[in-house]
Amino acid sequence: MKNILKSTIAILSVLVAFTSCNNSGKSDGKSGALASNVAEKVYVAPGEHDEFYAFISGGFSGQLAVYGLPSGRLFKVIPVFSQDAEKAYGYNEETKPMLNTSHGFVPWDDAHHPDISQTNGQLDGRYVFINGNNTPRIAKVDLTTFETTEIIEIPNTAGNHSSSYVTDNTEYVVAGTRFAIPVPQRDMPIKDYKGNFKGTLSFIKVNPADGGMDIKFQVLMPGFDFDKAHPGRGKSHGWFFFTTYNTEEASTLMEVNASQNDKDFIAAVNWKKIEEYVNNGGGKKMPANYAHNVYDEHTHMATSTMKKEVLMVDPSEVPGALYFLPTPKSPHGCDVDPTGEYIVGSGKLSANVTVHSFTKMLDAIENKKFAGDAYGIPILNFEDVLAGAVEQPGLGPLHTEFDNEGNAYTSFFISSEIVKWKLGTWEVLDRQPSYYSIGHLMIPGGNSQKPFGKYVVGMNKITKDRYLPTGPEVTQSAQLYDISGDKMELLLDFPTVGEPHYAAGCPADLIKPNSKKIFKLEENQHPYVAKSEADTKVVRDGKTVHIYMTTIRSHFAPDNIEGVKVGDKVYFHVTNLEQDYDVPHGISMIGANTSELLIMPGQTESFLWEPKQVGVWPFYCTDFCSALHQEMQGYVRVSPANANTPLKWSLGEDIE
Amino acid sequence: MKTTLKLITILFATLLISCGGKEEKKKEGFSYQKKAPTEKKTTEKAEKVPASKQIDLSNKGVGPIKSLKLSSEIDEKMVAQGADVFKKMCTACHRADKKFIGPAPKDILERRTPEWVMNMILDPEGMVKNDPLAKALLIEFNGSPMANQNLTEEEARAVLEYFRTLK
Repeated sequence: MKNILKSTIAILSVLVAFTSCNNSGKSDGKSGALASNVAEKVYVAPGEHDEFYAFISGGFSGQLAVYGLPSGRLFKVIPVFSQDAEKAYGYNEETKPMLNTSHGFVPWDDAHHPDISQTNGQLDGRYVFINGNNTPRIAKVDLTTFETTEIIEIPNTAGNHSSSYVTDNTEYVVAGTRFAIPVPQRDMPIKDYKGNFKGTLSFIKVNPADGGMDIKFQVLMPGFDFDKAHPGRGKSHGWFFFTTYNTEEASTLMEVNASQNDKDFIAAVNWKKIEEYVNNGGGKKMPANYAHNVYDEHTHMATSTMKKEVLMVDPSEVPGALYFLPTPKSPHGCDVDPTGEYIVGSGKLSANVTVHSFTKMLDAIENKKFAGDAYGIPILNFEDVLAGAVEQPGLGPLHTEFDNEGNAYTSFFISSEIVKWKLGTWEVLDRQPSYYSIGHLMIPGGNSQKPFGKYVVGMNKITKDRYLPTGPEVTQSAQLYDISGDKMELLLDFPTVGEPHYAAGCPADLIKPNSKKIFKLEENQHPYVAKSEADTKVVRDGKTVHIYMTTIRSHFAPDNIEGVKVGDKVYFHVTNLEQDYDVPHGISMIGANTSELLIMPGQTESFLWEPKQVGVWPFYCTDFCSALHQEMQGYVRVSPANANTPLKWSLGEDIE
Repeated sequence: MKTTLKLITILFATLLISCGGKEEKKKEGFSYQKKAPTEKKTTEKAEKVPASKQIDLSNKGVGPIKSLKLSSEIDEKMVAQGADVFKKMCTACHRADKKFIGPAPKDILERRTPEWVMNMILDPEGMVKNDPLAKALLIEFNGSPMANQNLTEEEARAVLEYFRTLK
């Protein structure tokens, strides 16, 4: 009997332990993810599609990765600012001009903040814009092809960080400088920074018809660091907000010297007012030198044009165009809620999250409640524009996104958590840990007027023990939380490509129906296209040889080429004649000092081969295309430089 | 049969020798159970007839075209369009009058129904899956798949009209 009692107690206590363990699991990430209903929430059955696209920046990889939510499955890495041998981006002759800059060919950048184009303040799923931070550039990715189709360099800018955010109707995509520099650039002592260095905010007009980008004007600002930005939404449409730090204008030992002021600013820019000023002839044309690179889907080629002028606006000459909103302690994130009323400034060294009111700001401007000015720009009174503050919600607030029910979600880097709070009451509703040290976070549509408040994706700076170790360098990672209930619930960890700085999410239905399947052969305007095997040929022009080649399952035409000589520059221009979905062909040549090509149906791509040795050298298809893929191969005969081997090409017959 | 094979081998060897390159004499190479050209295949037993030679004028195939009546007159305008489409979209694998990667379309309507031909153009994957003759053709032609070139029904119909003129 005693034994039975003992074992009953033992069993009971074990049960209690398990039960309580389960309960606490709700708030603890690790055991929470064990619950079977959590697995169901991220399970997308084989062959099924995800509900959302997530475009997650690749940070120092320079690329943009496309994931599905809620599964966290990786679909594609879109090369943007970095060469990508897999897709020949930046290696083939057609896309090399995409990476041209005023500094020459720059095959890498630090890709930061993707933002999806909008119409009426809502996601329209046409384009993703993303900024290159290092050699300042803004890129546009077309969401019918999921390819980078335009890159514009930003002059008078360094550290292109408060970028690339779009206004309610994608009138503008905006880029702001992080590092102040001499404008125009000149040889001067660094210690003379203060008052001499400048920052610029660039407003890039987006053509509503084709998305074409053109810098309409730059606003010349004091030499602060412009960190993050957000356009006004709805009622505040027409304004743009930028956080600043280093209002101290220090140039050395920044971690101390840029943290002296109790408050820095959020700059409120009335871009509509400046646009009007510019349209009436305002602003000064300033000599500049920046690259504008455009990829044409019909010629399948990019061209790079150097632009020589930019329109500069001195805001002191446009009354009412610019105000400073004091914001505590080096604010980082600058986020506007879906109604456009609240401007959230996350002072990264502050205990509180500061929220400004757009209505109060207009009122303070109206009644000229100025606390002073900085370089002629009025500073509004902190108390006059303050809507409220979230009191001590966590440590190191960085970024805020919004759901469609009046809630805000702020990431806290130092205390490593996401905190959900209520707009208007500033009350903290929930908090969930991140693993570890979250930076950005993203709710699909969470920076627009119409968020889809089902999930939040946290993007973490540190992974440590979350995955199988892979040496000193471990994967970067994101975490998916369900936010459809009162409490957030951690559902999934998934690895990311490079460091994820921000992301943009979009319902799949807005993008999926427009995704292109093939390029139409009849629309191919590539100058070296061969639209049928009858058009294939080899043409010599001095020491340059152009091979007009075609591919179809499973042969190249021609596949035997003779008459090439050592020292020639041989261009392979390869057209994929297939007109069926998902039948790309690849090609690679032994010894070519470049990558393979990966050619989509109906597309033409080119690579350069400079044969250095006499012999007969093979090429082959690199993308498994059919049961006869292994047979998809050919030969080029390379003769000595002084040989008289005639130029010949063929398919299916011996060369005689 | 054995004699035929021997004869063919000798014939080929002779051909190969006479084909010797200018710079280097082409090596004779070797032959191991080399396939006899399909033309030489015996037609004694019906089931041994290669798919490309089989005649089936009742099978409409499987695909979007269920029924098609050809008028006795050939539409020359359609033929011109069909010839153009064929040149642009099909010649990578088909020659009008001889076997290339795939079979020649010459006299095709003496062997196949117009519906079968159009279905093969419009949905080759479906045909290979569901039509025994299409499947047998895939095997006969080394497993080289017929590519779906995404022709419209109108274009495929024009190509068919063009095929009617190939005699």
